[in-house]
Amino acid sequence: MSRLANLTGRKEPELRPFPTEEDLKAKRAFRPISRSRRLTDKFVAGIVTLAFLVALAPLLWVLWTVVSKGFPAILSSNWWLRSLQGVLPEEFAGGIYHALYGTIVQALMAAAISVPLGLLIAIYLVEYGRGQLARLVTQMVDIMSGIPSIVAALFVFSLWVGTFGQPQSAFAVSLALVLLMLPVVVRNTEEMLRLVPDELREASYALGVPKWITILRIVLPSAMSGIISGIILAVARVMGETAPVLVLVGYSRSINFNIFDGNMASLPLLLYTELTNPEAAGQLRVWGAALTLIILIAILNIIATVVSRLVAPKKS
Amino acid sequence: MAKRLDIKDLNVYYGDFHAVDSVTMSVEPRSVTALIGPSGCGKSTVLRTLNRMHEVIPGARVKGHVLLDGADIYAPDISPVSVRRTIGMVFQRPNPFPTMSIRDNVVAGLRLQGEKNKSKLNDIAEQSLRGANLWTEVKDRLDKPGGGLSGGQQQRLCIARSIAVEPDVLLMDEPCSALDPISTLAIEDLITELKEKYTIVIVTHNMQQAARVSDQTAFFNLAGVGKPGRMVEIDHTEKIFSNPTQKATEDYISGRFG
Repeated sequence: MSRLANLTGRKEPELRPFPTEEDLKAKRAFRPISRSRRLTDKFVAGIVTLAFLVALAPLLWVLWTVVSKGFPAILSSNWWLRSLQGVLPEEFAGGIYHALYGTIVQALMAAAISVPLGLLIAIYLVEYGRGQLARLVTQMVDIMSGIPSIVAALFVFSLWVGTFGQPQSAFAVSLALVLLMLPVVVRNTEEMLRLVPDELREASYALGVPKWITILRIVLPSAMSGIISGIILAVARVMGETAPVLVLVGYSRSINFNIFDGNMASLPLLLYTELTNPEAAGQLRVWGAALTLIILIAILNIIATVVSRLVAPKKS
Repeated sequence: MAKRLDIKDLNVYYGDFHAVDSVTMSVEPRSVTALIGPSGCGKSTVLRTLNRMHEVIPGARVKGHVLLDGADIYAPDISPVSVRRTIGMVFQRPNPFPTMSIRDNVVAGLRLQGEKNKSKLNDIAEQSLRGANLWTEVKDRLDKPGGGLSGGQQQRLCIARSIAVEPDVLLMDEPCSALDPISTLAIEDLITELKEKYTIVIVTHNMQQAARVSDQTAFFNLAGVGKPGRMVEIDHTEKIFSNPTQKATEDYISGRFG
């Protein structure tokens, strides 16, 4: 008798031989998958793959067109280091450094205003907001995120240029971009803060840590990776906005460092202006500027991914 | 150092809902009091009112008194932050801060309250980890994230974090319910050691655990659906588990219901 049988006083279980391959083949206890189900499965899988390819095609097409037509333009160092000052429309010369500067500066200035504002609004909504006021703010943010960029641009024009009598400038553009960026930042930050488990807040409170320190030192760091990548993506999003630059600032072929006055180029504005240039050089600049904008946004996307990985809490 | 808790006519409400009815009990310093009872009977709610953690939930409020060595923690000019500094809490699920290393987790309470002295913090981290019987397991990886530890280790890390701020009372809300039997044993041993220095109140679903670690046991029950939970009786643990006064208690501990 085995030890198990000794311990339990039960009879030792009889060992049955495992069925052979032939036995297994002969015995069919489960219903096989029917032919029609197999066909349906194949069919649906095919449709889904097709839908994916249909969605992918325009993306690749756009990318290929822009890269193939714009690539010759961005190869020269002048493209990155010169403006179009003194360059004739038909001349294959000059570069877009002035427009690149404009795009980056306008987007960064918009971020400098909307990020602190957006963070504070989101923290209010998640950590403090109760009742009427919070609901009102949420609704306002919703409405704001639905404002078309041309409406934001016209609003800033009537306020900044009309009411306040300020000149058209890069700063006016940034103000319009703030209106477009703010709801994105608030929404994203709000979602990230809500993802932080309440258990962490409670753990901090239970140590006698005040609420505001808990938010600053526990909640925000836990959500930081998502918040930062959301901000970077929002910046990338507004870089391509065209309506504000069309309405709120004039085009310039040369560099202008003055944010508060004078014309300033940006990539969308340069692209739009060169569209009216029928010369081959102008067409090349159009595609070059488009490719530069795509590269800029791609770089920001990569930075967003890298930063969120670096900041994210590590497991072990 | 360990202080006594006196709870008098404590009623808890969530908005209009009367959650717990008139609890009166005393907890001696350097003792373990276990709160047992079926789910939804209000024992965790009562525990959370002992350091005002229930105030995190909108609409939750209490009537009655909780005295810490005679001082009312619900006196109008007392802030919940200062109450929680003296009455710590360990939660059901281990919840180390994911952005912090093991060492930073332990001294988080002190650092977030403004303590900056590095060597002092390091000393307290070691002392607290030793106090939580975790030091030998983690001393070589203090700078690694706390999330990398096992569940039982994480819970002991949370206990170390709680005792690092040197509270007078330690509240534990089902601290072992997410742990395996071996980790549970480690925590129970730890509770017995911590009793030398702290006043401990523990909520548990595990009656054997209540019998093993506590000096006195309070049995909570529901009068019925939608009615407030109430404390049926409180007595020395041996008495509750051998010869309870109330029939409901006997039914519960003998497994006839719940």
